[in-house]
Amino acid sequence: MPEKSDLPAAMSGISRRRRPPLAWVGNGFLIIVAVLAAYVLVSNLAKNPIEFLQNVLDGLKLGCVYALIALGYTMVYGIVKLINFAHGDVFMVGAFTSFYAVSQFNLHQWPQMLFPAIPAGISLVVGSFTVILLSMVVCTLLAITIERVAYKPLRDAPRIAALITAIGVSFFLEFFGALQFVFSPRFIPYKSPFDTTAWYIQGGIHPIVSGQSSPDNTISFSNIFLIILVASVLVQLFLQFLVRRTKIGVAMRAASFDKPTARLMGINVDRVISFTFAIGAAFAGLGGVLYAIAYASIWTQLGILPGLKAFVAAVLGGIGSLPGAFVGALIMGQAESLTMSYISTPMRDAVAFTILIIVLLVKPTGIFGEPAGEKA
Amino acid sequence: MELGYLFTTILKMALLVAWIYGLLWGLNKKEIWKKALTILLAFGVIQGAFLLQFGDYAVFSAFDQGLLYQAVTMAMVAMGLNLIYGFNGQFSLAQWGFYGIGAYCAADITYRWTNGDASGLFVLGIGVVLAALALIGVGRLLRLKRGIPVLSAFTFYLVAIIIVGFVAVFVGKELAAAVDPGFGGRGAPGALASPAAVQIVFFLSVLIAGAFAAEVSFLFGLPVLTLGSDYFGIATLGFAIVVQTMMVNSDTILPFPEMKGGRGMIGIPKLTSWIAAFAFLLMVVVIVRNFIRSSTGRATMSVREDEIAAKAMGINVAGSKLMAFVLGSFVAGIGGGVYAHYIGFLSPSTFSFLAGFNPLIIVVFGGLGSMTGSIAASFVWIFFLEGFLRVLLAQMGTDAPTWRFVLYPITLLLLMLIRPQGLMGSVEWGFLRADRIIRRLKGNDAAQKGQA
Repeated sequence: MPEKSDLPAAMSGISRRRRPPLAWVGNGFLIIVAVLAAYVLVSNLAKNPIEFLQNVLDGLKLGCVYALIALGYTMVYGIVKLINFAHGDVFMVGAFTSFYAVSQFNLHQWPQMLFPAIPAGISLVVGSFTVILLSMVVCTLLAITIERVAYKPLRDAPRIAALITAIGVSFFLEFFGALQFVFSPRFIPYKSPFDTTAWYIQGGIHPIVSGQSSPDNTISFSNIFLIILVASVLVQLFLQFLVRRTKIGVAMRAASFDKPTARLMGINVDRVISFTFAIGAAFAGLGGVLYAIAYASIWTQLGILPGLKAFVAAVLGGIGSLPGAFVGALIMGQAESLTMSYISTPMRDAVAFTILIIVLLVKPTGIFGEPAGEKA
Repeated sequence: MELGYLFTTILKMALLVAWIYGLLWGLNKKEIWKKALTILLAFGVIQGAFLLQFGDYAVFSAFDQGLLYQAVTMAMVAMGLNLIYGFNGQFSLAQWGFYGIGAYCAADITYRWTNGDASGLFVLGIGVVLAALALIGVGRLLRLKRGIPVLSAFTFYLVAIIIVGFVAVFVGKELAAAVDPGFGGRGAPGALASPAAVQIVFFLSVLIAGAFAAEVSFLFGLPVLTLGSDYFGIATLGFAIVVQTMMVNSDTILPFPEMKGGRGMIGIPKLTSWIAAFAFLLMVVVIVRNFIRSSTGRATMSVREDEIAAKAMGINVAGSKLMAFVLGSFVAGIGGGVYAHYIGFLSPSTFSFLAGFNPLIIVVFGGLGSMTGSIAASFVWIFFLEGFLRVLLAQMGTDAPTWRFVLYPITLLLLMLIRPQGLMGSVEWGFLRADRIIRRLKGNDAAQKGQA
């Protein structure tokens, strides 16, 4: 029979994976773009390595803040497949909560006000922690309320309905906050619970006297930079532990994998979803406080762009993956900082989104995304 | 006073919706003279209402006329988005960006023309035509080999567009210099500066703006449409942000000093009249309706229902996604052109991505997959939010504009909770309804389902 004799040839034709024609053109295009970017970076590194390093550190600071927000996005998207646009505004509420706690109620000094005998240093540390905790709690409650009121009734509705609702909640928080008697629409100078101190490195670490700038050609960093760095790494480790080792983490992974089956296994999926929203919001609140301390100015639309960048970071790293969110956020931070320094400030969003598109074209699931299956 | 104003606003909205119904109903008549009569009547009714005045009270005051033009442009943008999102299922937030591109593009052409410079029209006109030819030509060439990766195809298109762009700039500038004497000198305007010529340029500029937006959307959509729903949404959001950034820096990064960057482009001739707005709206309605009812349009809808099944039926999934996206952007670009010449002033803040959620919300309000819903919702939206609420809240103190944005998310949330399929669902009126035979098939389908 002719079919039989044809079969092996046809099958080998199928199994031998032919390279798509003209793939080199697209790859060449990518390589040219990469070479150009590398040229810009390397030439600037060679020109002034110290300035370059400083920019990398600035990018690291930004990236770590993005990482704190991106965790919430990636976990929520991993479970309910919803771009939670309101997450960025929860971040904003966190910043405002700490602002009012510090400027109106002096909450950062409560140990000393209650027990004057306590040394100032300890009082400040404990007080600042209280402020951060308060912001985290407020954000958590807000997120749970949003989830219960706005998202839960729409769990079985088409996805666009939930997405539009998320946009609506986001608008509501921004513009309700912009009302005169709430947060007011102005930019507000942020009152930090503790003083930011900066150091510069020049044959040793020297503090920068406030009001003076660091000497030329030195690398400077501040205590808030260290705090952000440590906080985002700790949060990352904590979430890894939570998702991998605890019962609720197993439930989260099960719910993100297959909700009906998870329900059959006795998991209260609604509670798991609420928990996911809550924990994401708590870290967004932490990020909000740290961001406000680092950049010293807050307003009600503070959360939009960082929120968006953080979501892009989560997509970049592979949505649903915690290390992916962290790595994606670091990349976004570097891209933004280096573009601002070496290409042009307004182009930073363009570069960020171009990187996203290129990464998704080359690897559609993101850097750490797994095709299907394990999600955490 | 407020109650009376609310009443008249609601009356106007109801009358306008009835007007839309009448227009679509009349357009659905078979005889060509009935269609023509409908168009004439529909045009005349509004034009007449402009003139209607009872003592002090004008039925369509200048403010209301502005609202009407805004509603028309919004209807176009919303219809384009409905084509992309409602009929093809691609969640796009870039529509506002294409709207902005169209607005700036058309405004630049007429601005230069009225200032005695034909280069805008020639460069963009030649560029748009050549680019279309180049895109089609490259597409034909690429079709010779099958299975070319999208990035390679994109590179070919990009190179072709860049070459064409240089050619267009060179040829266009030479041509513009050649016709320069036609504008005449100061005090003695030449033939090219006459009102009739300006009107022709206005119509051309709007069409060119649409085509330009469509070509940009082709280049952007080709790689990005392969990303998949949510990622596509984020990439389009990024596009909208980048477009606005470009507008803010149009005089520094981009070489257009007349656009004046973030300060906003002033001095655009206000050429949009009711006849122009109506003509473009009609054109858009006819184009979109014919597209939806063509076989390509049905393929587009099948992609929304089930991509894999559509592919199995031999439908070019990537092609029909791109087709809907490009056509939707074309419509948005035309809307932008009409808007720019109504308002006379373009500011980048108009095209911020936050405002870009408006057409999306309108489309969802009106009902995904209902063109009638999009048009009606645009009119109601503009007259209620921009008209009534803005006027009412302006009397209530400094917080008023903010209250507007506090109230409308709440409305949105309630709508999503109560009626997530939109006010109109997928109901279509008259002209936009599917053919009778398709309706009958649908009916049979439902009946069979009922029996089973």
